[in-house]
Amino acid sequence: MITKINPRKGWHFFTAEDLRELLQYKDLLYMLVGREVSVLYKQTVLGFAWAIFRPVVQMVIFTVIFGKLVNMQSMIGTDVPYAVFSFTALVPWTYFAVALNSSTGSLIGNQQFITKVYFPRIIIPITPILSKLLDFVIAFVVLVVMLFAYGIVPNYQIVFLPLLVLLMMMTALGMSLWLSALAIQYRDVSQFMQFFAQLLMYAAPVIWPITLVPEGYRFVYGFYPMAGVIEGFRASLIGQSAMPWDMIGAGFITATILMITGILYFRSRENIFADVV
Amino acid sequence: MSETYIKVDHLSKLYRLGVADAMHDSLGGAISAAIKAPFKNFRKLQSLSDFKDKDDESVLWALRDVSFEVREGEVLGVVGKNGAGKSTLLKLLSRISLPSSGSIEISGRVVSLLEVGTGFHKELSGRENIYMNGTILGMTRKEIDRKFDEIVDFSGVERFIDTPVKRYSSGMQVRLAFSVAAHLEPEIMIIDEVLAVGDADFQKRCLGKMKDVSQQGRTVLFVSHNMQAVQSLCTRCIMMENGRLVMDGGTDEVINFYLSKQMTGGSMRVFDTPAEAPGNDRVKLQRAIVYKQGSEASEGQIMYVNNALVFEFAFWSFEPSVHLNLSIVLNTVKGEVIFNVVTDDKPIGQGLHVAKFLVPADLLNDNVYSIDLYFIKNLKETICLIENAVSFEVHDAPREKAWYGKWIGAVRPKFETTFEKESD
Repeated sequence: MITKINPRKGWHFFTAEDLRELLQYKDLLYMLVGREVSVLYKQTVLGFAWAIFRPVVQMVIFTVIFGKLVNMQSMIGTDVPYAVFSFTALVPWTYFAVALNSSTGSLIGNQQFITKVYFPRIIIPITPILSKLLDFVIAFVVLVVMLFAYGIVPNYQIVFLPLLVLLMMMTALGMSLWLSALAIQYRDVSQFMQFFAQLLMYAAPVIWPITLVPEGYRFVYGFYPMAGVIEGFRASLIGQSAMPWDMIGAGFITATILMITGILYFRSRENIFADVV
Repeated sequence: MSETYIKVDHLSKLYRLGVADAMHDSLGGAISAAIKAPFKNFRKLQSLSDFKDKDDESVLWALRDVSFEVREGEVLGVVGKNGAGKSTLLKLLSRISLPSSGSIEISGRVVSLLEVGTGFHKELSGRENIYMNGTILGMTRKEIDRKFDEIVDFSGVERFIDTPVKRYSSGMQVRLAFSVAAHLEPEIMIIDEVLAVGDADFQKRCLGKMKDVSQQGRTVLFVSHNMQAVQSLCTRCIMMENGRLVMDGGTDEVINFYLSKQMTGGSMRVFDTPAEAPGNDRVKLQRAIVYKQGSEASEGQIMYVNNALVFEFAFWSFEPSVHLNLSIVLNTVKGEVIFNVVTDDKPIGQGLHVAKFLVPADLLNDNVYSIDLYFIKNLKETICLIENAVSFEVHDAPREKAWYGKWIGAVRPKFETTFEKESD
């Protein structure tokens, strides 16, 4: 095995050799994900209940404010309780927000690795994208219990759920590749993320129904991938609306572009990570 | 298996230094600076990775045009002062950072240990950390499974293997981390200062393990400030200075050159005329020299702890008649006083006088020292003080017994000891 180390400039995707190397390091990814999962709730009293806590509290707040005080219920236009309506959106949204946030900060948080040992850097931002899935699964189980309690039965559209999960992960990863690579040189990104995440949430149909967006604009709106993910979750789990394929399709276009450009940007910056932290 | 080697070709690396911001003494200046700050900060952060203007004062050449080769089975030592470029070189060789220009070609599987225990997480158990640390150093889980028992055995922490690492003593953490690294079986090993940690017994085992590695025909690159360790391990050395490679040769040759360069530049100070000499209108220093007893005083002598030394001071006295004695204070480089020795006092006239202090062997520990020289009249009045009249370094002598750590203590005397059986 001959390794050549040369100065590198310009844009880079993955060569076959890079991919082979990435495959060699798959155990490291596995270990890092395992480590994040097992360390996260160590020495806490509630343990994995924390994974449920955040979306449930948000749901209660939203139900009180928007369901009761503002009476968003009437805007939904169906008899689905607001609590179910918002929690169905909060489960994927919480995953997205948490994964995006920790992945964006991941390079800064792991600088002791970056400056001390070589491995394909892309493993670092991928780790939270995978490890936060556990929280997602736990919250999802709570969601299923809730649906049962309200006597809501999903229809056949539930089979498309994995596709939505994929879209949600791709979006989080694509954005994180950009943001994490930027954040390591410009710490402004961490400050920016605090309100950016809120902005993204209000821009998504988490607390309000998609019916507020005129029919003709839905496709354009769908280029914001989380819109399609959330509406898709509602369609497949509550089963009172059709799968918004136009929005999901548009979302996949955005997510793919984010991923490809994210990888290109990340790869072009990764050689200077150790120098600029 | 093909031959392993490292080929470094005209390697350079640039870094950007922080440049101090200008201070503002007016409110207007401060406000306008605050408005401009984001643009300036952006340019500053951007410049961390952008080197269009290489002659800028804030650009540092951490490495400049370095070329060398390491062949299979060689153990290459890298020596140099702090900031000479050793760590940068290792970072480039281990692919942590990329060169600004030049290239490296490595044939063989490399494992670099720039730190012991990278990836250790305090909340995880010893067992989990072995896997964590192993995979981050490039092992697969299967490989670790195979060597797990051996690793645990070498580390000597079997009993605590399922305890979180945060409950370990720091020594235990280091032992565990080093044993993971020691079992990597790479073809090329790059090691930075790992001997600085652990107790004497463990150091000995580490050195032994590294010797094994090199004897199995594997290639090792070793950076250390510990000349004893370099001497005992390396077959060849390179010396770095200000980012350049200044010497490449046999270990002894390079180490001697390095140690002589390390000299503080002042073990021999001679002034030809009183005009340029330190002192005042009553006395002036003519020369201040430290040298090995029984040798000619010369620049760049290397003194070891087991050498007897001579401190020699010559001075011009300008007073017609004075009762005078000399007093010297020996300080370490950190400013601790080791001793204060005085000469007899005697009446002297005008002219050049010389005083010598004979320091026995096996008294001074290895350290860098400087001497303050006092001229005292009538045993009570200091008529002249010359601070840092001369400075010198005492080096650790090669030791037979395998302990290479720093020998502690202000002094390092050898005196008669007894050790015998008293009763059953």
